[in-house]
Amino acid sequence: MKIELKNITKSFDKKTNTIDNLNLSIEDGEFIALLGPSGCGKTTTMLMIAGIYKPDSGDILFDGQRVNEVEPKDRNVGMVFQSYALYPHMTVLDNIAFPLKQQKVKKEERIQRAKEAAATVHLEQYLHRKPGELSGGQQQRVALARAIVKNPRLLLLDEPMSNLDERLRIEMRSEISRLQKKLGITTILVTHDQQEAMTLADRIAVMKDGQIIQYDTPMALYYQPENLYVARFIGTPPMNFLHGSVNNGILHLHNRKLPLETRLLTKSYNGDVIVGIRPHDIQLGSHGDLQLEGTIQFVETIGHAKLINVLVGDTMIRFFTNPFLDLVPGMNIQFSANSSDLHIFDGKTEKRILKKKDLKAIRKSNAVNQILPHAADSKKSG
Amino acid sequence: MRSSWKKWRLPVIMLGPFLILVVIFYFIPVILTAILAFTGMDSSMRWEFIELNNFRKLLADPNIGLILKNTVTYVLFTLVINVFFGFILALLTTYFIRWERTSLFFRTIWMLPRITPPVVYALLWIWFFDPSEYGLLNSIRSLFGLPPVSYLTTQPMLIIILANGLIGASFGMIIFSSAIKSIPRDLFYAADVDGAGHLSVIKDIIFPHIRWPFMFVTIWQLLSLLTSYEYILLITDGGPVNATEVLALYSYHKAFQNFEYGYGSAISLIIVIIAFFISLLLWKVFGMGKMIRPTRIE
Repeated sequence: MKIELKNITKSFDKKTNTIDNLNLSIEDGEFIALLGPSGCGKTTTMLMIAGIYKPDSGDILFDGQRVNEVEPKDRNVGMVFQSYALYPHMTVLDNIAFPLKQQKVKKEERIQRAKEAAATVHLEQYLHRKPGELSGGQQQRVALARAIVKNPRLLLLDEPMSNLDERLRIEMRSEISRLQKKLGITTILVTHDQQEAMTLADRIAVMKDGQIIQYDTPMALYYQPENLYVARFIGTPPMNFLHGSVNNGILHLHNRKLPLETRLLTKSYNGDVIVGIRPHDIQLGSHGDLQLEGTIQFVETIGHAKLINVLVGDTMIRFFTNPFLDLVPGMNIQFSANSSDLHIFDGKTEKRILKKKDLKAIRKSNAVNQILPHAADSKKSG
Repeated sequence: MRSSWKKWRLPVIMLGPFLILVVIFYFIPVILTAILAFTGMDSSMRWEFIELNNFRKLLADPNIGLILKNTVTYVLFTLVINVFFGFILALLTTYFIRWERTSLFFRTIWMLPRITPPVVYALLWIWFFDPSEYGLLNSIRSLFGLPPVSYLTTQPMLIIILANGLIGASFGMIIFSSAIKSIPRDLFYAADVDGAGHLSVIKDIIFPHIRWPFMFVTIWQLLSLLTSYEYILLITDGGPVNATEVLALYSYHKAFQNFEYGYGSAISLIIVIIAFFISLLLWKVFGMGKMIRPTRIE
């Protein structure tokens, strides 16, 4: 089902808008994520799509039809809540069958379908337990089975994994991904975990203060962040930021000068800028054209790499190195990055001032076609 | 010796006043009632033990059959109104009226009779049903040219049940509305999304959650109705001709009108015994033991 939100505004206190003129379009069968810190309005947006909240103004369209006034029960959506919201006095089977019971499905068929839904999330052994007798992960599966049992046209997931431990979270992530692909159901995931959004969603809407800052594919968000907020939010470990300035097409950064001319969106741009460099784009030594040096403050051993924290001037820069290098705090080191990997944002508006990088060009430079000669072409250049 | 005093000093100081109060106002009266029940004490206040004579008298009392029947009718019907009306009020003010200020306003209105002196409340009911044309109902009837009716003599039990039921409903209302409000909001959202209508939400979400408060209110109200008589005393005084006389009121009448303290105490003792066995029975029926057991899950 195709979902469209048009100029949605919602306010709870009549003074500030929780959701401010929000526009969003979701294609049929697409998996999108609403990503943002708590309080940014992502759950409110989802509850409006579910029909629990009514927007103050604007339209919600399901397959082109306005559903603003349609009650939640008539929208045919399935939802998984952060708290799972299982009915505590009902068994697992009754919980899963509850939506079918509301649709007046006959008892035999109801139980049959509930059992099938339970089987898709591997819950067969627990059908007669009460939610209180299940672990967090199992409760989450019950919530998932209950959401999909009525074959909804839309699946809403509200921070479904935030109460699970790390190992279980990764497990559930692949489970949800598999289920969504199998059912081909339009899905909206609300999360504050950028990694979860990146791994699961086809497209991510990054939200801030009730507005969508950027709505794009995970790859585009990573390589083409529209502004500082997105750049800061996406990527682990987070992007490094340095203060500099641009004058006459030249970037001045820690006494170094780099020509930008052709890459600037507006040629005549002058002013203070914030330069972002991803930890993965920095390497030891002086291979890149932006060379910096600093003192090691702290070394984090990860196993396949070491994460080095270096103080350059008064900013901390983090990047990966070979894990077998003997690097200790206090050492002075030189490192570098390629100017083509820099993300540069206006110091005041925090918007990007460089032209978008061409994802296809990045693909080429990564020699994808040589690694995966056949599969690479058929895949979307995400 | 000294160290044990040190250890118990604080508990004794903290619990002492409370224990003294409990002993004076709860424990001693029960024992006194029990002892008095075996005496023939009257206005001369002499302790004269007469063995089981009071109870023999009670069994032979020509009024006792009617009084027991009245007690059962009064307690059962008032209880039903108390509990179900309380439940409906709680539903209205928490589930159907979502705007907190409005629901608080309605709940406060229902609480008003609780804070009005019983005499005023009883007076209102008397005025409402007064047989003269000044009674509210009869003045309305007279507008349509109908003759006045003496409701208090034709339907005394109904009036007693309504008066007690309406005032008692506020207790259930308060307990139930706070119980309903403590249900996680997500559960209502989930039920909405799952397609549940109001009836199903009430039956499948709200009711299972307030099961224990529901039982508590039922037992509590049952026991207090069994021993309450003040509104009956004020509205009909048990009349006309014992039509609304219940056991608790009968005990009061015997003790404080006829000054048969011993006999009144015997009736009270019977009420205490009935209340005790009803509590025991309901405890078992409702499985209250399960409620106070620690939960199985951390």
